[in-house]
Amino acid sequence: MMEKGELKGIIEALIFVSPKPVSLKEISEVLPDEGIKEIRSAIEELSAEYKERGGGLLLVEVAGGYQLITRPEYDPYIRKLLTERREVRLSQAALETLAVIAYRQPISTPEISAIRGVDVSGPLKSLLAKKLIRIIGRKDAPGRPFLYGTTKEFLLRFGLRDLSELPRLEEFEEFLPEDERESEATSSPDEGKTE
Amino acid sequence: MTSSEVPYKVRIPVFEGPLDLLLHLVRKREIEVWEIPIAEITKEYLEYLDLMRELNLEVASEFLLMAATLVYIKSKMLLPATSEEKEEIEELKEELVSQLIEHQRFREAASFLKEREEFWSKCWQRETEATPESEVLLEADLFDLLSAFKKLLAPKEEVEAEVIERDELTVEERLKEILSLLSELAPLTFSELFKSEGRKAMFVTFLAILEAIRLKLIVAYQKEPFGEIFIYPSSVKPEELSW
Repeated sequence: MMEKGELKGIIEALIFVSPKPVSLKEISEVLPDEGIKEIRSAIEELSAEYKERGGGLLLVEVAGGYQLITRPEYDPYIRKLLTERREVRLSQAALETLAVIAYRQPISTPEISAIRGVDVSGPLKSLLAKKLIRIIGRKDAPGRPFLYGTTKEFLLRFGLRDLSELPRLEEFEEFLPEDERESEATSSPDEGKTE
Repeated sequence: MTSSEVPYKVRIPVFEGPLDLLLHLVRKREIEVWEIPIAEITKEYLEYLDLMRELNLEVASEFLLMAATLVYIKSKMLLPATSEEKEEIEELKEELVSQLIEHQRFREAASFLKEREEFWSKCWQRETEATPESEVLLEADLFDLLSAFKKLLAPKEEVEAEVIERDELTVEERLKEILSLLSELAPLTFSELFKSEGRKAMFVTFLAILEAIRLKLIVAYQKEPFGEIFIYPSSVKPEELSW
């Protein structure tokens, strides 16, 4: 067993070099002599240190792993530096289809269409192409339609630890006038590790 | 009839269905979904369908099915009914309401995801590939555009005689005109694109706008729900598209 300072240093280095979130399992494979408990507590301390330091980086848990990210408030400066980086956001239709799949997976195309009230083949195709959803089986029903579910890519895109981080569907108001809905969009949706 | 006279068909984006239209109508009234006044909503719903048809938009069968349901409930409500029939009406209405509520909840879930996407896009990671634009604008949907168009149509009718109709353009020609206008003056407001046009030309312009949105040549944004619509050229270059 190594000293905690060193352990934290190694973990920090591992997370720094990895382009993807590093899981607890991956870290413990690199450090077979260290207990999972010790590793986890070292990560938690590290994360707290980043937060307290008030620097440019934060250590967060996302999609089942740990990752270094920049503080969201520094986004405008980063944009000035990395001007060429741009991406199109998901369309409303894609977002709504994705929401149905995220909450009701595994779910088949006819079931999604019934909820959305429209044909969803277009959004499904684009979500599959973006690897945000995948086919996870076939339904035991006439025609044996495909069943869809969300992917790890989905968690990464929305910065979610896992599916349980989604609010329960019943928590959404039955009815909100549109303007109230939009004003809520400014509040930070994150909590826990980063705040 | 030559091929150029064949009415120009514009496809409605497939994602906008009857439930979206119904929610839009309910929301405009600022009422709870439980209080949905079937008779009035049905009337408005049918008006929209008429407008869509007048524009020669392809009205998807789902819209007609919903129209049939609404008209059925409405007609049953108007007639004296036995308690059994009353129960049936209530059941139909409840089914519709719960469908609307579920739809609304998923729309909320979609806005939650949108917020997360937005927030997370500000948290940069090493080696990430991309990040979205920072400006927060609402994309105007088909019904926002229809509403705005309806508003523009109303006063025009009275002065129609005074408006000098210019040479009739095809939708495609008007589309190209709009694009060149936007390349110099973007963004333009929705109504600016309809300046001093006769009714016929207005329809052509509206269809051109819808078509341009479908082809992703332009984007329509609002700064607030039901607010003024701004038209921006999209980043896709027209020459990258096949007509």
